[in-house]
Amino acid sequence: MTALPALPRSPGALAARRFLRNRMAVAGAVFLTAVAALALAAPLVAGHDPNAVDLAAFREPPSAAHLLGTDSSGRDVFARLVHAGRISLLVGLLSALAAVALGTLLGSLSGMFGGPVDAVVMRAADVVLSFPSLVVIVVLAGVLGPGTALLVLVFAACNWPTACRVVRGLTLSLREREYVQAARAFGAGRLTVIGRHVLPAVLSQVAVVGTLLVAQMILLEAVLSFLGLGVRPPQASWGNMLTDAQNLTLLQTMPWLWLPPGLAIALTVLAVNFVGDGLRDAVDPKGARR
Amino acid sequence: MLAYLARRLLINAVVFVLISVGVFLLVRAAPGDPVRMMVNPEHLSAGGAAFVAAKRAELGLDEPLLVRYGIWLRDALGGDLGYSLVSRRPVAEVLGERMGPTVLLMSTALAIGLVLAVAAGTLAATRRNTAIDHATTVAGLGTISVPSFFLGIAAIYLFSLKLGWVPSSGMSTPGDGGGADVLAHLVLPAAILGLSIAGPFTRYVRAGLLAELDADYVRTAEAKGAGPGRVLIRHALRNALVPLITVVMISVPQLLSGAVALEQVFAWPGMGQLAVSSIGQLDYPVVIGFALFIAVLVLLCNLAADLLYAAADPRIGLS
Amino acid sequence: MTPLLTVFDLAVEFPTEYGVVRAVDGVSLEVGRGQILGVAGESGSGKSVTAMSVLGLVRPPGRVARGSVRFDGEDLLTLPARRLRRIRGRRIAMIFQDPMTALNPVVPVGAQIAEAVRLHQPGLRRAAVKARVLELLASVGIADPADRYARHPHDYSGGMRQRAMIAMALANEPDLLIADEPTTALDVTVQAQVLGLLDTARRESGAAAVLITHDLGVLAELADRVAVMYAGRVVEHGDVHQVFTTPRHPYTRGLLSSRPVLESAGGALVPIPGSPPDLLNPPPGCAFEPRCALGAGRAVCRTSRPEPVAVADGHVSACHLHQEPI
Repeated sequence: MTALPALPRSPGALAARRFLRNRMAVAGAVFLTAVAALALAAPLVAGHDPNAVDLAAFREPPSAAHLLGTDSSGRDVFARLVHAGRISLLVGLLSALAAVALGTLLGSLSGMFGGPVDAVVMRAADVVLSFPSLVVIVVLAGVLGPGTALLVLVFAACNWPTACRVVRGLTLSLREREYVQAARAFGAGRLTVIGRHVLPAVLSQVAVVGTLLVAQMILLEAVLSFLGLGVRPPQASWGNMLTDAQNLTLLQTMPWLWLPPGLAIALTVLAVNFVGDGLRDAVDPKGARR
Repeated sequence: MLAYLARRLLINAVVFVLISVGVFLLVRAAPGDPVRMMVNPEHLSAGGAAFVAAKRAELGLDEPLLVRYGIWLRDALGGDLGYSLVSRRPVAEVLGERMGPTVLLMSTALAIGLVLAVAAGTLAATRRNTAIDHATTVAGLGTISVPSFFLGIAAIYLFSLKLGWVPSSGMSTPGDGGGADVLAHLVLPAAILGLSIAGPFTRYVRAGLLAELDADYVRTAEAKGAGPGRVLIRHALRNALVPLITVVMISVPQLLSGAVALEQVFAWPGMGQLAVSSIGQLDYPVVIGFALFIAVLVLLCNLAADLLYAAADPRIGLS
Repeated sequence: MTPLLTVFDLAVEFPTEYGVVRAVDGVSLEVGRGQILGVAGESGSGKSVTAMSVLGLVRPPGRVARGSVRFDGEDLLTLPARRLRRIRGRRIAMIFQDPMTALNPVVPVGAQIAEAVRLHQPGLRRAAVKARVLELLASVGIADPADRYARHPHDYSGGMRQRAMIAMALANEPDLLIADEPTTALDVTVQAQVLGLLDTARRESGAAAVLITHDLGVLAELADRVAVMYAGRVVEHGDVHQVFTTPRHPYTRGLLSSRPVLESAGGALVPIPGSPPDLLNPPPGCAFEPRCALGAGRAVCRTSRPEPVAVADGHVSACHLHQEPI
């Protein structure tokens, strides 16, 4: 006798099972947990003050005292790396959260109200999406001066359309569902319907969009900080730790300075993308992979 | 079809006005005296305070905001973007001489990215759910996850410093500058930039091709006696690439983002490098000129996407 | 004389998430040279899948599980891909159900027909190919072929597209035409024209044809022989007049009486109750038993699967009760 198939479970449990079966996604989640733990515990694990200048220990190769060596100001690279993780992850998470919140709000309004509201929001989404956020922030940072808060604001302002489109599409189809129509018939206002029916229903899809955005935002923060337009030194971020690598001598002779932050960005973003991909397949198994 | 294009043109015009207002406000927000930004510095140093006041009136800086916007827009569209605070030359000229290298870098990267994407996407779609398909997906995620500036740094370390195959920076060796020399300088940044866009393009090619391979007309072609290669290239791929045209055109501004960082890493004398160094030197007129250029580029790309799409897909004519 | 096409004991499977679906399960058919075989049945009865498997066009993960398809002495199912391609479009040509999707939207219609010509006559010069295509377009009744040649499918109406499909099918003067519900997707007013055209063209070239349809009236008019399919099997197969006047399977009779007939004003329309079986879990006995006016509930029908039996010369029925009056 063959075993009976498992009884159908709730959609959430099914999605969780599909996610756990995706090895890449699980590996990504484990890696991210480790990175986040290191970043959170940075002051405990760093062993050195990330900003303590020690000109006696200047550009030292990795040693027992300095796990990843020291930089041009004698600062401990490992301490800077784990502290940089905090700011890089924070900017990534905050920006993605803000972008998704704005997108969800505009998308649900657009889908629920339709008409001119919809037309304006969707046109705006097209326009915003066609502008590369990197260039926008290069210009703004150039004129207004760089800063972390500006990064988060501009990232959110440039990246809400993805979530907006997804939420709008879902809202449009939800609007026609019987239970939503029934709620409307009983006098529930559109905003009430958005709060009570639309938001819970779009949550899983929005989480997917949000996760993939986190990856993009971490990358964007890195490149801008690398160019000197994002997180400002002495505050360490993975991106600005790489700025020194533009010096060819340093690049050639001191790989411990640029390899760790570069790998940190690459692996973290890869892990976030794996998780995002896994979430998408788990939430929408048919749509994601044909 | 004409109505469609007219509508798209109108939308683009509205968007341009909105953006130009944004850029104009940015000009106002920039620190420093606008006269200093708009007037030939040679005249400025010779003139003195009275000259500045006269220029202020002449530039319309005393007029209401709306009039000043009009004057600024007219001048900007006429190519008068003010003067660079650093090189003291007209901004349009400074930007113009950086355009060639950027276009060369971006078009080479685009070609590399497209070839890679069509090859990988086709491979993945025709060998769906095999190890090759999964490997392509993972590799695609890899290319969008590794920051291109870090890849650039690593590539310089490996190919220039350790192996000595190609030069590490610039566009040509002083005193040389022949085709082969430029090519040697171009290959790393273009390949890395191409790789960075190949990932998303591959996804489009794969998904599009899978949809087309399922289409009825593919079965018709098979029933005619066409072989698998012919079915793939003459029929399915041809249809799958139509939507890719739009994606490619819309990606051009994003490609410029990648170019900004890579030009910096490779000291490629393009517009991105100019923008970054101008920010460092607080050369606002150049930064704002760059912004305006991007705005125009984005709009032109959107328009080109619409036009090309209409030209490539005969079905558009219907709606 | 051996038949042109002999399908024997064909079975086609589609693995799905929930199990294996046997879309075609033991189908045997014959088409003589120059003859028209009509294949009738509800949607999902396996008509199209049978037609697709003749030319090896069943898409993975679907696969032919057993059986043979002999065409002019060769088994098409075991033929190497290269040789099968030389038969596709040249000796056996196919016309599909939906001309809206069966033509490539971004290739001009003329070029698509020219492709069919050139694939099998590679030596032909460009001008000769084009002349041949224009001739084909004219022969299927497309006005102003020279202008129509360079047009894309979206410039054609549904009826014209199906005419173009027919022209494409006739391009290499095939011995066998397989038409899979060629008029289902068309306006009623155009259906008769397209069928008429198909019949004329076939008659002129002397080709045999397999005509798949659920319109029994069309079969009565055009077909020489008829095969009735149900749940992936042929339940009755025989001369069209014999089958239609003296059906020996309750399903055939059900189909005939569920058909709206204008002339017989008295005969009320009697739909067959129930719905076709789930092919994932086919019943162990006769697939039609639950809906059968004659055999529902009978032990033999519920437990054992009826095999085809010759009920008259060239007339086969797969019914336990074929001897009972219906």
